[in-house]
Amino acid sequence: MTAPTLVDFDDVVARFDPTLGLEVHVELSTNTKMFCGCPTEFGAEPNTQVCPTCLGLPGSLPVVNRTAVESAMRIGLALNCSIAPWGRFARKNYFYPDMPKNFQTSQYDEPIAVDGWLDVELDDGSTVRVGIERAHMEEDTGKSLHVGGATGRIHGAEYSLLDYNRAGVPLIEIVTKMIPGTGDRAPEVARAYVTQLRELVKSLGVSDVRMDQGSMRCDVNLSLSPKASGELGTRTETKNVNSLRSVERAVRYEMTRQAGVLDAGGEIVQETRHFEEQSGSTRAGRRKETSEDYRYFPEPDLVPIAPSPEWVEELRGTLPELPWERRRRIQAEWGVSDEEIRDLVNAGALDLVEATVAAGAPSGEARSWWVSYLSQQANTREQELTDLPITPEQVARVIALVGEGELTNKMGRQVVDGVLDGEGEPDQVVEKRGLKVVSDEGALITAVDEALASQPDVAEKIRGGKIQAAGAIVGAVMKATGGQADAKRVRELVVERCSAE
Amino acid sequence: MSADSPADPTGGVISRDEVAHLARLSRLAVTDAELDVFAGQLDVILSSVARVGEVAAEDIPPTSHAVPLQNVFRADERRPGLDQEQALSGAPASEDGRFRVPRILGEEQ
Repeated sequence: MTAPTLVDFDDVVARFDPTLGLEVHVELSTNTKMFCGCPTEFGAEPNTQVCPTCLGLPGSLPVVNRTAVESAMRIGLALNCSIAPWGRFARKNYFYPDMPKNFQTSQYDEPIAVDGWLDVELDDGSTVRVGIERAHMEEDTGKSLHVGGATGRIHGAEYSLLDYNRAGVPLIEIVTKMIPGTGDRAPEVARAYVTQLRELVKSLGVSDVRMDQGSMRCDVNLSLSPKASGELGTRTETKNVNSLRSVERAVRYEMTRQAGVLDAGGEIVQETRHFEEQSGSTRAGRRKETSEDYRYFPEPDLVPIAPSPEWVEELRGTLPELPWERRRRIQAEWGVSDEEIRDLVNAGALDLVEATVAAGAPSGEARSWWVSYLSQQANTREQELTDLPITPEQVARVIALVGEGELTNKMGRQVVDGVLDGEGEPDQVVEKRGLKVVSDEGALITAVDEALASQPDVAEKIRGGKIQAAGAIVGAVMKATGGQADAKRVRELVVERCSAE
Repeated sequence: MSADSPADPTGGVISRDEVAHLARLSRLAVTDAELDVFAGQLDVILSSVARVGEVAAEDIPPTSHAVPLQNVFRADERRPGLDQEQALSGAPASEDGRFRVPRILGEEQ
């Protein structure tokens, strides 16, 4: 295969209009699969989360998971879709061993949610409204492992091994309408859409949307048409683009590749392409089968789903504040910059900080504890911040103790360590570890005098006006008091004692 | 059926080419002689079933389910399934706890 001729990106957008379409699959984090009671956790031993239904054994019958349907409807509602008052599942027939039934149970022409939109915010603050064609329910397929051949790829493999743990896990496919007119921003729009969709689905609590684990996957449809021609070009579908960065790269690559083909007088073939993470390029896969080849027909083993208006409204009532609106609100309340809020989101700390503030802590301290000390601890312990064994309420208590002068910052960190090590509530840790600021002035003055007496040359310097020399005395006092004195007060006392003499 | 299949010269409901196409989708090796036989047989079946359409009036909606049921759900609760050994017990071949299948010629769907 000869390498494709790529056209410079600026040149592409000067002469062509790209049209985007994005299909995103979201694996739901329900307790059980779509049509049977098997667990859905990622990473279990192969074929240990299976039963006669998801293995397609004779005599088994599927039953729809109510929570999965509700999750699908909530996703639809969050995307401003209408919920279909009546719809059926269908069988999508194809011959491939990743579905032991030899068909995938999906929705075809009666998707549960249709005709919505998502306003996607770009880096410069401008907004693009992306139309949502549909969101439908289906089931995930099993995982194949190709053995033999050079690269573990299907080509050249001698045989394949199948794990059906994933077969039947509820999947929601969200399909956009065609997105025209984005020009040179097409790659950015694609990335921003997937980013925002991911955040939205996450806020609904229906999926962990981990692209690295495949619980969110994206297919990128792209076509080019000569500028202002009003025609629509032939599209390609690039499959399984599995990171946000790859979404952007896949769009950019297909634009430059398709322009090269068109410039050479060639035709774009409607086909599936595979994204190559390493090179950021795409390679041709199979020619698209027509939907007729899937011989869809209504699933006879499942009865129709007809959500009542009451059910739909009840679910609408469970939708959380949109994540970006929440972020703006919090940002205004705390008076922080775009950058600071982004850091919090990236550190996965926004919810934790908000809960800590709700527990009475000032937002500045709450942010600082989570972003610095607790993030470090999470790092050291190789845990996610959210998995640390300390609650926002406990952090708020530590912040209060420091704020009231009961503890120094350093002691506060020791209390946090104690909580993380399972020593109990902050107050219990304070008690057990005997952490208390030495605020008894008499005891402190004695300690200062002793330190001055034991380092007469330093004392002499301080008396001579070299205030910075006080550090050595402060250090000695802190050591003598086991770090339980307020260092600032000690410094004041050192200076006082020296000038008083 | 594929729209670009040539029309059946005999004017039947299903053409020989369509049968060949369906056989390919189902990965069935069908000989030329069998294609003739199956095309003829399927044509009889389809024509017979199609007669239902002659009596179905406008006021009779197409039906996919015989029973007037809807919204049959299951709570999202786990039920014991099969262990690995049980799951693989009916497999012609297995390896490393997985079902072993012959070389796959197609592509992933």
